[in-house]
Amino acid sequence: MSAPVTPPPPAAPPATPPRDGPHPRAPLLSLGDLSVRFGDRPALSGVSLDIPRGRVVAVIGPSGCGKTTLLRALNRMNELIPGARTSGSLLFDGQELYRRETDPAEVRRRIGMVFQEAALFPGSVFDNVAFGPRASGFGGDLHALAEEVLTAVGLWAELGEDLDVPAVSLAAGQRQQLCIARALAVRPQVLLLDEPTTALDPTATARIESLMHAQLPHLTIVIATNDLRLAARASSLTAYLDRGELVEYGPTETLFTNPAHPRTESYLTGRIP
Amino acid sequence: MMADGSRPKSPEPARAPPDGPLAPAFPGGGTASLALSERVAARFFQLCAVLAALAAIAVAATLGSEAVLFFTEVSPVRFFSELAWTPLAEEPRFGVLPLIAATAQITAGAAVVAFPLGLLTAIYAEYYADPRVAGLLTVAVTVLAAVPTVVYGYVALNFVTPALRNIWPSIEAYNGISACLVVGVMILPTVALLSRGALKAVSPSLTDAGLALGASSARVLVRVVLPAASRGIAAALALALARAAGETMIVTLAAGNQARLTWSPLEGIRTLTAYIAQASMGDAASGTLEYRAFFAVAAVLFAITYAVNALGRWLAGGRR
Repeated sequence: MSAPVTPPPPAAPPATPPRDGPHPRAPLLSLGDLSVRFGDRPALSGVSLDIPRGRVVAVIGPSGCGKTTLLRALNRMNELIPGARTSGSLLFDGQELYRRETDPAEVRRRIGMVFQEAALFPGSVFDNVAFGPRASGFGGDLHALAEEVLTAVGLWAELGEDLDVPAVSLAAGQRQQLCIARALAVRPQVLLLDEPTTALDPTATARIESLMHAQLPHLTIVIATNDLRLAARASSLTAYLDRGELVEYGPTETLFTNPAHPRTESYLTGRIP
Repeated sequence: MMADGSRPKSPEPARAPPDGPLAPAFPGGGTASLALSERVAARFFQLCAVLAALAAIAVAATLGSEAVLFFTEVSPVRFFSELAWTPLAEEPRFGVLPLIAATAQITAGAAVVAFPLGLLTAIYAEYYADPRVAGLLTVAVTVLAAVPTVVYGYVALNFVTPALRNIWPSIEAYNGISACLVVGVMILPTVALLSRGALKAVSPSLTDAGLALGASSARVLVRVVLPAASRGIAAALALALARAAGETMIVTLAAGNQARLTWSPLEGIRTLTAYIAQASMGDAASGTLEYRAFFAVAAVLFAITYAVNALGRWLAGGRR
């Protein structure tokens, strides 16, 4: 496991002091007291944490603890759910993303997302990869871009360079690889992975894990997962969420071997109260 | 089936006693009696299925045999190539093309009205309207579906045609276009409700995936949702087309019953269905050529509606 470099940022109060302009050491994403409610039901309560650039941050916690809501809050996907309300602040490179005049589509181009269910678009592998670039008015060589991202996820050779095969004909692991390639084709700065390996066998999971690492340090990755071993292996920082609250956040090694909070410890040891 | 004398008397004596080694947990409510009722139910369903199949065979056999008798007297070549349908004339002519053309005109005209309107209604209700408005819209469309066709026909004849006369003063009292418009409205619910079902069936994770790539919702709709729902939408359209082709009351009341080959939607025409309706009410004696002619026309109508349905199924199954 790679040794964590950043010191553990405390769960609360949030806050790196504000700096002038993006600094390489400044966090890429900074959540300040971020809360999400669906109607009357709170899903995320006052989460504050900093996500450094070029790292993998794992979000763990029991089912329904708000992992998915947290991820979807980071690229404004929650507002697609009727009745969702978000409060607090989310800074991306120092800019507030939850401003009214900010285009959510632009946010999602910078902060891409891959879901648990590998939902492929109708059409070929190429159509799937080209969807995002076309939507953002990409004017370059789509085939070169497709080759690049499919190579990055290890699908290029596997498909024998044939991009016209129907996307739905791929195996489960390949589908998720294609979803990641599709997200990378938009050249996001952050990639959110929402339980990407839940439906996959260990081989496919290992492949996803290694392709995540290959994208560093140009990409910042936030991965929500129930797979604690994956979180321990792949991330440098881990956040433990429970019932919508951030219980603990820090270097993965510390959190797993010496958790500061008893609730984290009971979760990790399988004793959920 | 074994009677089990030692068992306490069942509160429901009608139920069968247990059968086989597994004793039921509750007297009278055991697995064996369930199995019996299931067997009875299965038999009953089987009977219903057989009846349905018999009905289909009976209809096809009657249609087929009378039509075959017709074609022994009138050659199919003449039937499909002559341009006049005058079965009651001194020298009767049996050219079915004017009837087919009229049915095609009504079906195509209704499609022009119902397809865009129905599909856009479905898209609006599913993606743009707030739930309350979408609910009202569904009620309105359902009301349209509940209007009897004779009422539609009356509306076409007494309201639509007079209104069209303001635009085209030369329009005939019976005309194709009023029937096209009103049949279009009649099949609108089929298009709207079934296409909306097809849109609903598209997984939200697919829309999420599209939006998460930074696409606008309009782009996701056109490039992702509609292609993904194309099977269901094609099936909805085919079903609506088959209904339009088979529609009888509206076309009889609005388009009239004059068999002529015309491109003009302002003139009266006679569809396959209108002819069959009129011929069935007439006094053509069983066994005469006129009597058999309408079975021949019915066979053509059946072939057309069957083909349209089959086309829909092929479209639906052909994707993916």
